[in-house]
Amino acid sequence: MTPDLFEEGARRVQQHAALEAGQTNTESGGRSASEGRIATPGEVDVTHGRILYLQDVSVSFDGFKAINKLSLDIAPGELRCIIGPNGAGKTTMMDIITGKTRPDEGTVFFGSTIDLLRHKEAEIAQLGIGRKFQKPTVFEQLTVFENLELALKTNKGVKSSMFFKLDSRQSDRLAEILVTIHLAGSVGRLAGNLSHGQKQWLEIGMLLMQDPKLLLLDEPVAGMTDEETARTAELFLTLKGKHSLMVVEHDMSFIRTISEIVTVLCDGSVLAQGTLDQVQADERVIEVYLGR
Amino acid sequence: MTTPTLTTPQSLAGSPAAPAVSASVALPVKGPLLTRTGWSAFVVALIVVCAIAPALNLWVPESSALHMSTYAVALLGKIMCYAIAALAMDLIWGYTGILSLGHGVFFALGGYVMGMYLMRQIGLEGNYKSNLPDFMVFLDWKTLPWHWTFSDSFAATLFLIVAVPAVVAFVFGYFAFRSRIKGVYFSIITQAMTFAAMLLFFRNETGFGGNNGFTDFKRILDIPIATPSMRMTLFVMTGLTLLGFFLFAKWLVGSKFGRVLQAIRDAETRVMFSGYSPLGYKLTIWVISAVMCAVAGALYVPQVGIINPGEMSPANSIEIAIWAAVGGRASLIGPIVGAFIVNGAKSWLTVAYPEFWLYFLGALFIGVTLFLPNGVVGLVKKLRKGAEQ
Repeated sequence: MTPDLFEEGARRVQQHAALEAGQTNTESGGRSASEGRIATPGEVDVTHGRILYLQDVSVSFDGFKAINKLSLDIAPGELRCIIGPNGAGKTTMMDIITGKTRPDEGTVFFGSTIDLLRHKEAEIAQLGIGRKFQKPTVFEQLTVFENLELALKTNKGVKSSMFFKLDSRQSDRLAEILVTIHLAGSVGRLAGNLSHGQKQWLEIGMLLMQDPKLLLLDEPVAGMTDEETARTAELFLTLKGKHSLMVVEHDMSFIRTISEIVTVLCDGSVLAQGTLDQVQADERVIEVYLGR
Repeated sequence: MTTPTLTTPQSLAGSPAAPAVSASVALPVKGPLLTRTGWSAFVVALIVVCAIAPALNLWVPESSALHMSTYAVALLGKIMCYAIAALAMDLIWGYTGILSLGHGVFFALGGYVMGMYLMRQIGLEGNYKSNLPDFMVFLDWKTLPWHWTFSDSFAATLFLIVAVPAVVAFVFGYFAFRSRIKGVYFSIITQAMTFAAMLLFFRNETGFGGNNGFTDFKRILDIPIATPSMRMTLFVMTGLTLLGFFLFAKWLVGSKFGRVLQAIRDAETRVMFSGYSPLGYKLTIWVISAVMCAVAGALYVPQVGIINPGEMSPANSIEIAIWAAVGGRASLIGPIVGAFIVNGAKSWLTVAYPEFWLYFLGALFIGVTLFLPNGVVGLVKKLRKGAEQ
């Protein structure tokens, strides 16, 4: 036998093994989207082409229906923009997905197997959902470095935190993210001393450290300069594909730069969905935005 | 074969420069536990406690000006116990942002466990010449209550000094933190806890000597307790415990665990959404803090010779918080300094102007809160910074 025959044989064995293991990724989930698959606990199953499902979710506060029969789904790798007037339920929806608020009814699934309503905030974060708040929330008394280090994806138990040491791969990763969020020059600064835009970036950086599969971003460019906004748009476009993103934003020009599909929320449910041009042409959307 | 890929933006964007860029970012290196000056000060403190104080007290003749009086040994030993309690308070309040106004309970629990052992050590030398502690004879009890079972063993006492407050703190903390009770509500509940415990210990039926508590101790480990050398031994033990706890606390707050605590203090929701469950963290530091406080109480009782439910009075717990606030929260040396300043002032003022002490304490607390948010240590840091510029 010749060496190239060896290689050819090895290639075929690997190909077969990949098929067996269900590593073929098609929109429908390939061969692995069949019955009899084994659900791995904690692993997100996106073989059916959806990473997040919300179905008929409702929640009311003191009789006010903040979310009303909301159904929404997001594909893996998608960048979904959510717009809507104030009080449409955008933040409440994120609260429900991240476990902060319990819905009165409805189902929320992460992939096909994980019921998010059965998990607490910290568990949901560990499953791979990262969230950026409307108001930038960073640890003000800690340095930029320490903020990122805390967010790093690792064992987050008490004991492992006591004896935690950053290994070289993790520090490389941290350094890369510092460059990405343009804070490499402020490693040792207290997060509380950063500008508003920088805090936004730091929080996004903390999300990236968590390496989430799904990122929920609540008004990520609020308070940013035009240049910072443009950089954020670039960043989100590079994240798209590998991560799924859900972006709530009011800045229409920002949305125009990054959006593929836009969902319009109003009174706690989906009013319209489509490209930005489509929804902007929609009569009902115009009515909601321009007043009745 | 797929190789694990980093899902960072650079690797996604396929930028070949990514590794070179990351190498150019200077990440901070973790510093040593204490700085060079810190270690020098630590060694000096160690020498003072273990060598100089015993020498001045035991070997320098009383007539000499350098002699350290028994009164001074007792006072400093007592204040060092308070300093341990203040350090414990700092971990939970200064670093984690949870103000406990019930730490007196843990201090007293440690004290009571030690007190029970000391009561048993009296043996037949009590006023009633009975095997039982005097107050039990007085109440006409014939046998020891169940919770006194292991009180004659020193080893069991040492274990219980840690275990009893740990269990109490764990149960209390679990329910409080699980229900996400925070801020002033938590403080009020801890205050209520210490008050309730005080009322419980006041009762004769609970078997803790009622409002008189325990006193008239004779021996510890069968050695007479009031001799100068025994007093000095307790003093040195207290000093070593304080220094040991200081190092432990330093290590704790310097670890990632300590930074998570500070993160919980500053933005608890962010901590949760970063994948940490605050319950475990709060509970751990709460129990550690309670145990430290209890150890302080256990060292305190043989030195002052009495423990009674007064130690659990709400005011005592508030005082612990004041020591930490005066010295400076969120620095470890602060509460130790605070305990020495406030108690030094107390021992002088309560003699010189006894009626003004509480007013002074109140004014001190208000003054520190208004003008020195970072306490005395914060002020020193600020002045030093100003001098540098």
